[in-house]
Amino acid sequence: MLAPAILYVVALVGLPLFLAALYSVGDVRIGSSGWRFVGLQNFRSVVSSPGFRRALFDSFVFTVSAQALVLVGATLLALALKDSFRGRRSIRFVILLPWVAPVSLGAIGWKWILDSIYSVLSWVLVRLRLVEPFGAPMWLGEPRLAMLSVILVHAWHMLPFATVILLAGWTAIPRDIPEAAEVDGAGFFRRLFAIELPMMRPIMNVALLFGVVFTFTDMTVIYILTRGGPHDSTQVLPSLAFFTGILGSDLAAGAAISLFLVPLLGAAAVWILRAAHRAEVA
Amino acid sequence: MSSAARTPGLGRAVRTASIAAFTLLLGFPFYWMLVTTFKRTSDLYDVSNNPFLFRQPPTLEHLRYLFRETLFVRWFGNTVLVGALVVAITLATAVPAAYSLARLAGRWGGRLSIGIFLTYLVPPTLLFIPLSRVVSALGLQDTLWALVIVYPSFTIPFSTWLLTGFFKSIPRELEDAAMVDGLTRFQAFWKLVVPVSASGILTVVIFAFTLVTQEFVYALSFVSTASRQMVGVGVPIYLVRGDVFYWGSLMAACLIASLPTAILYNLFLERFIAGFTVGAVK
Repeated sequence: MLAPAILYVVALVGLPLFLAALYSVGDVRIGSSGWRFVGLQNFRSVVSSPGFRRALFDSFVFTVSAQALVLVGATLLALALKDSFRGRRSIRFVILLPWVAPVSLGAIGWKWILDSIYSVLSWVLVRLRLVEPFGAPMWLGEPRLAMLSVILVHAWHMLPFATVILLAGWTAIPRDIPEAAEVDGAGFFRRLFAIELPMMRPIMNVALLFGVVFTFTDMTVIYILTRGGPHDSTQVLPSLAFFTGILGSDLAAGAAISLFLVPLLGAAAVWILRAAHRAEVA
Repeated sequence: MSSAARTPGLGRAVRTASIAAFTLLLGFPFYWMLVTTFKRTSDLYDVSNNPFLFRQPPTLEHLRYLFRETLFVRWFGNTVLVGALVVAITLATAVPAAYSLARLAGRWGGRLSIGIFLTYLVPPTLLFIPLSRVVSALGLQDTLWALVIVYPSFTIPFSTWLLTGFFKSIPRELEDAAMVDGLTRFQAFWKLVVPVSASGILTVVIFAFTLVTQEFVYALSFVSTASRQMVGVGVPIYLVRGDVFYWGSLMAACLIASLPTAILYNLFLERFIAGFTVGAVK
């Protein structure tokens, strides 16, 4: 009864993964039919291109910044939401929207909010006299601001996911330990930093792990908001692989680029296997 | 004594303020979609206006345009169709697989199910290049069938993982007793285990469906005809004509397509999160 599921996964995950490796050492283009071994030539030409190096670097900038924001934000939000209060269910629905709504549609919402002329954000900033009238920033048109925008929008998308994971972890902390500490005179912050947050470490790792995987390998927000621009300043590995392999029809180079995602995924897999092993032993 | 009751007044004020701030930040784009949907075009594109106010009466013109003049309804239908087929394939493969993994003796069951879960982490951005060739080798390029075939590659792993945990919680004695009474294992599974697992199976139906509606990269790569697109790609890509954004109908489309997914997802979120946190939280 296992066979159909395993066959499906082998055929549509295992086989393509193998093909990706094969393409990356061959000369495959859209429309071509043959395959000729070219060794590491694709990797060499990919690695030597400045666009790739920049995308590699920006992938890390994008992932690390977005996840740092998500982890801090989600911890604060989880702390605020952990006790029940009136209206919690409807608040929860709104808070979850960025994660549960299709991300391409949420990103389009932001594209309108960050519009070059009719940006509501710029309007508010002008009214608060933080920027000059008609001198509002081009959120998606200047390299640094565009990077900042895609990071913030991606963090916006991932924040609810991390928050719910942290909330699940919070409810699993045995209540007697912080309560005993309170009886012993430990204040709110002492309990938080000395006991509760350290006890949350394993679950924070889970949130971070999936957050990093989903951020490092995603291109949706970037594709919608900037298409990697302006001047490739927001290009990350997945989007570069898409533009090179699918739109540029150089499948070999695209495959070589996307294979650079593998080391990170491998590390994530090892981490999960170790956590699962610990759970099995415990 | 609940910990809310012990929260001092200042703590409560901080908590309320942070919940309000996060709710505003996370929910604002959807509120903005709603406002934009009903604003007249001349009202939207007047920079001297306060964008939060309606200077002209609200209009249904954007909605009319969206439903009458665009392919939105078609995209919506495509998404429902692909979603339903993917759900069927997922159930047909993941339910038996999860059941046998749950009943597999020894450690191998656990190891295999983690192995299947790990394939969920292999991202579309790593597989889309080889899969685009597989899809055209099968003669499915630019059809919805490409998506119907490919999407189960990520819905099966996650669903199998979720269902394995679910089936494990059902006591083995249930089937053993039935098999003593003369039923085959398959009959016991079909007549006893499936009915008591209805809520787990429903969870998988919802998730497989919402994962389909949220997917972006495969649909963008494999389908190139506007009328064959999914709603999550059709809206952000094809509702834009050249450089002209029809923001009113675009925002209406985002809101209308987001809400059903969000509501469904919200109903079963706890189980989904439980799938990610197994091992770290018990």
